[in-house]
Amino acid sequence: MRNELLKLIEKNSKIDIADLAKMLGVSEVDIANELSALEKEGIICGYLTLIDWEKTSVEKVTGLIEVRVTPQRGKGFDRIAERIYNYPEVKSVYLISGAYDLLVTLEEDTLKEIASFVSDKLSTIDEVISTATHFILKKYKDHGTIFGNISKDEREAFTL
Amino acid sequence: MKSVLSKKVLDIKPSGIRKFFDLVAEKKDVISLGVGEPDFDTPWHIREEGIYAFEKGRTFYTSNSGLKELRIEICNYLKRKFNLNYDALTETLVTVGGSEAIDLAMRALIDEGDEVIIPEPCYVSYKPCAILANAKVVTINLKVDNNFKLTADELKEAITDKTKILVLPFPNNPTGAILEEKDLQEIAKVCIDNDIYVITDEIYAELTYSGKHHSIAEVSGMKDRTIYINGFSKAFAMTGWRLGYACANSEIIKQMTKIHQFAIMCAPTISQYAAIEALKNGDKDIEVMRTAYNERRRFLMKSFDEMGLPCFEPYGAFYVFPCIKKYGMSSEEFAMKFLEEENVAVVPGSAFGDSGEGFLRISYAYSIENLKVAVEKLRKFVSKL
Repeated sequence: MRNELLKLIEKNSKIDIADLAKMLGVSEVDIANELSALEKEGIICGYLTLIDWEKTSVEKVTGLIEVRVTPQRGKGFDRIAERIYNYPEVKSVYLISGAYDLLVTLEEDTLKEIASFVSDKLSTIDEVISTATHFILKKYKDHGTIFGNISKDEREAFTL
Repeated sequence: MKSVLSKKVLDIKPSGIRKFFDLVAEKKDVISLGVGEPDFDTPWHIREEGIYAFEKGRTFYTSNSGLKELRIEICNYLKRKFNLNYDALTETLVTVGGSEAIDLAMRALIDEGDEVIIPEPCYVSYKPCAILANAKVVTINLKVDNNFKLTADELKEAITDKTKILVLPFPNNPTGAILEEKDLQEIAKVCIDNDIYVITDEIYAELTYSGKHHSIAEVSGMKDRTIYINGFSKAFAMTGWRLGYACANSEIIKQMTKIHQFAIMCAPTISQYAAIEALKNGDKDIEVMRTAYNERRRFLMKSFDEMGLPCFEPYGAFYVFPCIKKYGMSSEEFAMKFLEEENVAVVPGSAFGDSGEGFLRISYAYSIENLKVAVEKLRKFVSKL
């Protein structure tokens, strides 16, 4: 039940406990208990809302920054990652295999702010060897959801 | 004066609830629970393969039996999923949906006066296809007390010395009933004892919710007297691609292919290329869809239970078949009133045979959000009855 529950709420964190209980064939109490256990265990880390900011008046710039670093003895990449992810404007940090080491996403109001984060904060960390910054021009799909895609049921009302 | 139209065709009645369907078509913003096809889009990798086939200009006829590579994949799939062993070259025919295969099987096997046993409620095309092939149809009215399964005793009662074919439509549309291994063994014994052939329509084989699906073709002694029918519509959400297949012993397939050759030529080529991809890489898609259907099935069953609407628990297809007899209305009256008052469309069980009277077919090929709205309307509706 646990994995099926996780898959359901990963797609829709707003879904009612009562509906989840019916869909999974268990009681509402079971669902509530399982959810709080999952929260305590740190498996559910948060409940977010997916927003297409482009449709609002809010200006946002998202940068993807490839970072090459020198790993530290004993700590590997973890400590450097920590120094980066502690900045609240950093939205995500991934350790990546291949041509570079860390992929950092950054969200700011202006391009300038991203530029200054990279030059003043990121590049100045001792272990950082180089950075390459990309700006997101348009989000087509995020978290498995296609933006601007409101699907309509085009099936016939009846088929036997 | 000569009659323009064939008497046989004129005698086949259009669906008795046409009136009801027309009414739904007129209404606006109807919430429909009436469809018999998946709400999922065909998985993208399959559609993409179809697009690629277009780009490559694969727009010619295929061989009458279908692409060899597709037939090989069909046989691999049947072996892998259902432990069925068919030869790709001589025992497999690719058709325009499962529906064409039903028609071909009837025409290939029936001589005038042969009796075809059809358990009802069931999908609406078996009976007309049998009649067009000059068969006499013998109906078995399945009972809710048996969870709408066909029992060996019911079958025995329907058999005469003219009986040639049993149509076995499980997992069932409209009831959602399935047959388990034990049920199949009992039915198989009756078929073998009475020298009866079986047309088994297993189009919903991938959609069962209480363990693995079994086919009657798997039962010892049955393969040679079974015409196995399946397709891509329900398992891979490919209804509009119109692609199905039949497997049977080579003598039967040879004759079915002959009819297919003259009537159809071959199944759509683009669809055949896409179907190869579906069989090779589609197992995960099926799993995702089945899980979603099962969640919806449980959701509906629990909701009916809460509103006091009796419904046997179906373990197959994507339909539930609640009983509305206690409200003192016919299926059609209930469906009509529900449509008028709450703007929700369901299919009266009587559309699928007399034994469907007193029941409704409710499809759960809809999102949970949709079902939730519809269920709330149903709850409101029955609470006033």
